[in-house]
Amino acid sequence: MKIPPLLAHAVVFLGAALVSAYVAAADEASIEPDPARVRELIHIVRQDCGSCHGLTLKGGLGPALTAEALADRPAEGLVATIIGGRPGTPMPPFHTILSEPEAVWIVDLLLRGFPPDGGLPQARGVD
Amino acid sequence: MSSRDVRLAPPALWGVILSAMVMLLSACSSAPAVAVRGSGDLGVVIERADGNVKVIETSGRSVLATVGGLGDLSHASVVFSRDGRYAFVFGRDGGLTKVDLLQAKVVGRVVQAGNAIGGSISHDGSLVVVQNYDPGGIKAFDANTLELVADVPATADDGTRSKVVGLADLSGKRFIYSLFEAGEIRITDFSDPKHPVTQRFAGGKQPYDALVSPNGRYYIAGLFGEDGLALIDLWNLDKGSRKILSGYGRGEQPLPVFKMPHLRGWSIAGNRAYLPAIGRHEVLVVDTETWAEVDRIKVKSQPVFAMARPDGREIWVNFAFPDNGWVQVIDTVTGQITDTLQPGRGILHMEFLSKGHEVWLSARDDNKVVIYDTATKQPIGGFDSASPSGIFFTTRAARTGF
Repeated sequence: MKIPPLLAHAVVFLGAALVSAYVAAADEASIEPDPARVRELIHIVRQDCGSCHGLTLKGGLGPALTAEALADRPAEGLVATIIGGRPGTPMPPFHTILSEPEAVWIVDLLLRGFPPDGGLPQARGVD
Repeated sequence: MSSRDVRLAPPALWGVILSAMVMLLSACSSAPAVAVRGSGDLGVVIERADGNVKVIETSGRSVLATVGGLGDLSHASVVFSRDGRYAFVFGRDGGLTKVDLLQAKVVGRVVQAGNAIGGSISHDGSLVVVQNYDPGGIKAFDANTLELVADVPATADDGTRSKVVGLADLSGKRFIYSLFEAGEIRITDFSDPKHPVTQRFAGGKQPYDALVSPNGRYYIAGLFGEDGLALIDLWNLDKGSRKILSGYGRGEQPLPVFKMPHLRGWSIAGNRAYLPAIGRHEVLVVDTETWAEVDRIKVKSQPVFAMARPDGREIWVNFAFPDNGWVQVIDTVTGQITDTLQPGRGILHMEFLSKGHEVWLSARDDNKVVIYDTATKQPIGGFDSASPSGIFFTTRAARTGF
């Protein structure tokens, strides 16, 4: 019944490797910004993207951004639209406002159903 | 002596009877005591995230009531009945809600489209017309009952429907509006409400909003898709439309526009129009006789509203995200910026009192309305409000294009 020490070591080693590989892969898909920035990004999407796409993201001058509306859209294309805009339409490029990992994070949330806006943190000093 | 006593008795008796009647009558009225007030002092503040409007009064700068249940109010706008008693609130979700400002309650509501952007009211006050994105078109409603009177789809020649922008009231139950995708301007006449008649005019590439001048003579549509604006002289309709300020961008690469500018009759001060440029951090100044450019004023960022103080002496400008914490004031005599203000975070809207001595600003990201004295440029009041956007005073009831 005793497990050979070599096998135990191998199992533990492989298990640890698999877990860290999984975590790394998840990290690559979407990097969670720090909590203050999360709040800011959610606010930007709801309020400022919302000025064209609607506060509920059900559309306006711009198309709907609900999970259902985006269901068959590849994430990379959506990230490219956010960062680079869509020439010929009113969609502006947001690369001066958002980093690419932040755009990836936003698209991931949009595809899963975007959370409600908790408002901005209290006013900071003069910026 | 006794006869004199008899003569005195009836007035005493009447005194008793009258006071009894007054007491009985006041007991009958079960409604809470509402202060008698004039509607000309009132207004509404849209609380976009909560589907509420705050009913305010401007003399005491105070909130009278909060009225809820109005749906999705992102990009909501308001027009008023001629007497200033009722506010018609147009919600993004297609909701049209009639609010009685004196009683602070909803007295009518219909959800008339999937996605709406605003509305207008006929000069006689009988028809409220809504402009819709989806399905694209306009709909006319009876202002008393909110019953649908007419549905006019914005269908282009190829059969597709366009989003409707820049709706404004004209004389004689006529309304003018622009078609975003089709690039057309249309006038629909509801004189016979069941049989509306529509005229079509060339517009330009992607009209995003429009204005009718305060005297009702000119309609100007701002164009997103080209450097220029479309103009119609409504007193000479047979001449059709023409372009003004063509090529104002001088072929330069436009800057990103993070929020579409808004146009209304407030852009006109004296014989000049002050128009936000698209993709340029400038306010364009146009002579309203010749429609030639006379000046362009560099401002902090992409202007959203360029609003003339009602006396026309100043233009107050706010900006698109991410510079929406700033407001600049232009002196119309010198054409110079006299003040650069930071009234709060996320300044979405500004509304002047009718003689222009005060301006109310909504600071969305600070959850408050701030009130400035336009003479001193100093804050003189304000109040808390959840994510406020539009501020609308009943004095709009008296103006064409509002």
